[in-house]
Amino acid sequence: MIENRWMSSRAWFLPLPLLFIMASIIGWPFLRTVWVSFTDARLLTAGAEWVGLSNYLNALGNPLVQSALIVTTKFVVYSVSIEFFAGVLAGLLLDQEFRGRTVLRALMILPWALPTVVNATMWRLIYQPDFGALNAMLSQLGMIDSYRSWLGDPQSALWAVCLADAWKNFPLVALICLAALQSVPGELKAAATIDGAGFWKKFRAVYLPFLAGPLTVAVVLRAIEAFKVFDIIWVMTRGGPANSTKSLSIAVYQEAFSFQRAGSGASIALIVALISAVFTTIYVTAMRRQAEVR
Amino acid sequence: MSKTIAATALSAVLALGIAGAAAHAETTINALFMSQAAYSEQNVRDMTADFMKDNPDIKVNVEFVPYEGLRDKTLLSQGAGAGYDVVLFDVIWPAEYAENKVLVDVTDRITADMKSAIMPGAWTTVDYKNHAYGMPWILDTKYLFYNTEMLKKAGIAAPPKTWDELLSQAKTIKDKGIVDYPIVWSWAQAEAVICDYTMLLASYGGSFLTDDGKPAFQSGGGVQALDYMVKSVEEGVTNPNSKEYVEEDVRRVFSSGQAAFALNWTYMYNSANTPGGETKIAGKVGVVPGPGVAGKLDASAVNGSMGLGITATSKHPDEAWKYILAMTSLKTQEKYAQLSLPIWSAWYDNPNVAKDQEPLIAAAKVGLAAMYPRPTTPKYQELSTAIQQAIQSALLKSAAPDAALKDAAAASGL
Amino acid sequence: MSRRRQRILRSWLVYGAAILLTILILAPVIWMGLMSVSSTNDLTTVPLRWIPAEWDFSRYVKLVTIAENSTGAAFTASLRNSLVVASLGAALALAVGIPAAWSVSRMPRRFSWMLHVSVATYMLPPVALVVPMYFALSAFGALNSVFSLALIYLSILAPFTAWLLKSNFDNVPFEIEQAAMMDGANLWQIMRNVTLPLAAPGLTTAGLFAFLLAWDEFFYALLFTSDQRAKTVTVAIADLAGGRIADYGLIAAAGIIAALPPVIIGFGLQKALISGLTSGGVKG
Repeated sequence: MIENRWMSSRAWFLPLPLLFIMASIIGWPFLRTVWVSFTDARLLTAGAEWVGLSNYLNALGNPLVQSALIVTTKFVVYSVSIEFFAGVLAGLLLDQEFRGRTVLRALMILPWALPTVVNATMWRLIYQPDFGALNAMLSQLGMIDSYRSWLGDPQSALWAVCLADAWKNFPLVALICLAALQSVPGELKAAATIDGAGFWKKFRAVYLPFLAGPLTVAVVLRAIEAFKVFDIIWVMTRGGPANSTKSLSIAVYQEAFSFQRAGSGASIALIVALISAVFTTIYVTAMRRQAEVR
Repeated sequence: MSKTIAATALSAVLALGIAGAAAHAETTINALFMSQAAYSEQNVRDMTADFMKDNPDIKVNVEFVPYEGLRDKTLLSQGAGAGYDVVLFDVIWPAEYAENKVLVDVTDRITADMKSAIMPGAWTTVDYKNHAYGMPWILDTKYLFYNTEMLKKAGIAAPPKTWDELLSQAKTIKDKGIVDYPIVWSWAQAEAVICDYTMLLASYGGSFLTDDGKPAFQSGGGVQALDYMVKSVEEGVTNPNSKEYVEEDVRRVFSSGQAAFALNWTYMYNSANTPGGETKIAGKVGVVPGPGVAGKLDASAVNGSMGLGITATSKHPDEAWKYILAMTSLKTQEKYAQLSLPIWSAWYDNPNVAKDQEPLIAAAKVGLAAMYPRPTTPKYQELSTAIQQAIQSALLKSAAPDAALKDAAAASGL
Repeated sequence: MSRRRQRILRSWLVYGAAILLTILILAPVIWMGLMSVSSTNDLTTVPLRWIPAEWDFSRYVKLVTIAENSTGAAFTASLRNSLVVASLGAALALAVGIPAAWSVSRMPRRFSWMLHVSVATYMLPPVALVVPMYFALSAFGALNSVFSLALIYLSILAPFTAWLLKSNFDNVPFEIEQAAMMDGANLWQIMRNVTLPLAAPGLTTAGLFAFLLAWDEFFYALLFTSDQRAKTVTVAIADLAGGRIADYGLIAAAGIIAALPPVIIGFGLQKALISGLTSGGVKG
């Protein structure tokens, strides 16, 4: 095993830059956040007193944090499920033979590549209550009789944001789905078609085994991303109306930066991190399982 | 291939860096403004250009953020290295800024002449515990604007003097089918809604805080004010989208002829009434002081003034002060009086400058004298956030006004 | 139903769905394009005017005209900052990612834990790091600087790039490098003459993905930059949209300009994206 000895003696230092970077801009800030979360540190005034668990207890008892947790969970569930269903449908479509298929596949890149802030701004203009395109279109098609305030009504605001988010992200799910479908052997697809199997039966028997792994990964990745949501909400609603779209990340921003309570903000941030860790564990397990299947 | 990319990126970086450094002057100061209400972005840029022409040794970079970001940006930039030298601040922030040493105390820089020539109401904008933390710049309150053509069509002779009259006139206009939603407000979950609420609270004889600084808005006038807001939505005279509007949305709806009444700052008068630009109702804009409540208050107004201050982290306080003096000077304010009225008493009595703006100045004389303050407390932001949430939940019917305000009082941190 | 009719029905369905999907993807973007060239009057007319009465390109002119203290100067400065931050961030991410990813790929048993740590950092929301970062940047006087921002972005870009690169190096056969080792080549020679040329397409792809990720970033930029010297284009657009939003067309035009670089790169990456997705190595 010459390469092992060779590597140990001459290449041992190669991972160091990455480790150093990760330790200094992820590890260290994270540990500091943990420390700050046990203090009453403020953003601008120096000095901090140890306050034990009280930030955490306050955060958990704070109705705003509770509502932010609910909002964030709803955001994750709504947008990830829309992305999932729209993505799988689009993926199945793109796997069909039809003219213009290559062009449509390429088009899927467009929403994915659009910067999140641009996407949010675009949808905010579309949802605009007086002059927005959505109201204009729906009323000219006769589907609504009066203009609606999509982002001003707590009933619709979160859905409106979720749809905007899903529009940007479903193409990724679609492309993952497509990639998986392309790995289904052609004979298998042909056999199922000749059998005259119904769509659902064919889907379950032929496609699902190939789709399950990649789609699980996609959904979990999207869920982790969605759980951190900040930008799209910040641009579209800033958490309003009546906090109906205030996510945990926005709550942390408000607590730590607007109200300057760094300690208390850090404790909420770590609660977010903890929940996110659970998702990640699921993800890693799923990834391992997928690797084993291969 | 990666080398080519790295090289291209690097040369791009260098080229841009050189282009950026080309223009240099003796001293550079950075100033933070907002892009909302009062002077337009273009006004501020022009004023700054005038200043730089007069002071070639000082270069001023101006930066604009939405009002909602103004306070956070100012506070965050207190960290070393980010600094602005001059910041625009709202009348509600000196307490917090002074406590956190964000702004320099400029009491000693203000001369007796300045003190007497500037309106007393303007000075309250920059004052905390009898120290001045800057110069007043925008002297502003909200007025009731109305569409003269719509009122005439509805057969209404005079604009409303009380809030109840406002509702009944709006109802008449709605019933005659002149416009669907006659009144438009800035009731988004933002500071804007607090300004409207302040006027109502003052009219109904309420107050934000007790003398010892405890919440008082959850009873009496404070609740009646919110009741009124809810009622105006229930009666269908308030544009329901108001609850996602800030001032600019109000201006747009009013200027496009989709509302008969609107509450807004000074700047809407000329931007809606002067032909050209985006307005569709030029020449049809009337303005009066905010309505009152019979037997309680004749006219209502909120102190929405703003000042310019020097940050504690500024390395060029003298140049910054020079810039502030130029921006707030009578000469500058006279030149740009279209969207924001000067802080100098002398201007209001000069018949020449007042022409074209008579109705506005007449309203201003009443309004500026009636300005009601928002509370002075270092914890203003938390208090305001709590009240904003209460108002939104009441408007959205998820809570009764009194209950919502009680929750806000509990959550205000006071 | 006969086979033939079934096939016709099926092809109708497929084409119908394809058209629907095309509209769904294109309509919002086309509308943004139309807004950017419509006059404000057309945009604030009820009922809405879909096709502008006359094409008005003045917003684009305004956004790219550089005069001192103008909207155009502010916007182009933000584009420049984004370009610097994203290029620098991507270059740094490659610089630390390449050696690490190569070691993991070649000595998986010893170093694969690093990959797991990278994945684990992905779960950390930026809010869990941002307060100490702010304190530190403030203490060093390094707020509002494109260089500090690029460094901060490494916390997102570096683990991601390393992860992408690892699967890329896995596809470069170790045997060639081993042969070079036997011939007595040193590490630098192996890297320069064997590994990097073979892995070049993958490196480019990883670099471009990192660039896209950095271009899209908003949260750190919002908190750590304050003016033209460092403000990135995402923050500039959020400021435009949040402020005096009288001119919807201007906001739309700014959005389109800011979207051009990532969209062009995105189309260029199409093949890599799809093949990356097949191997499970790309995240959103």
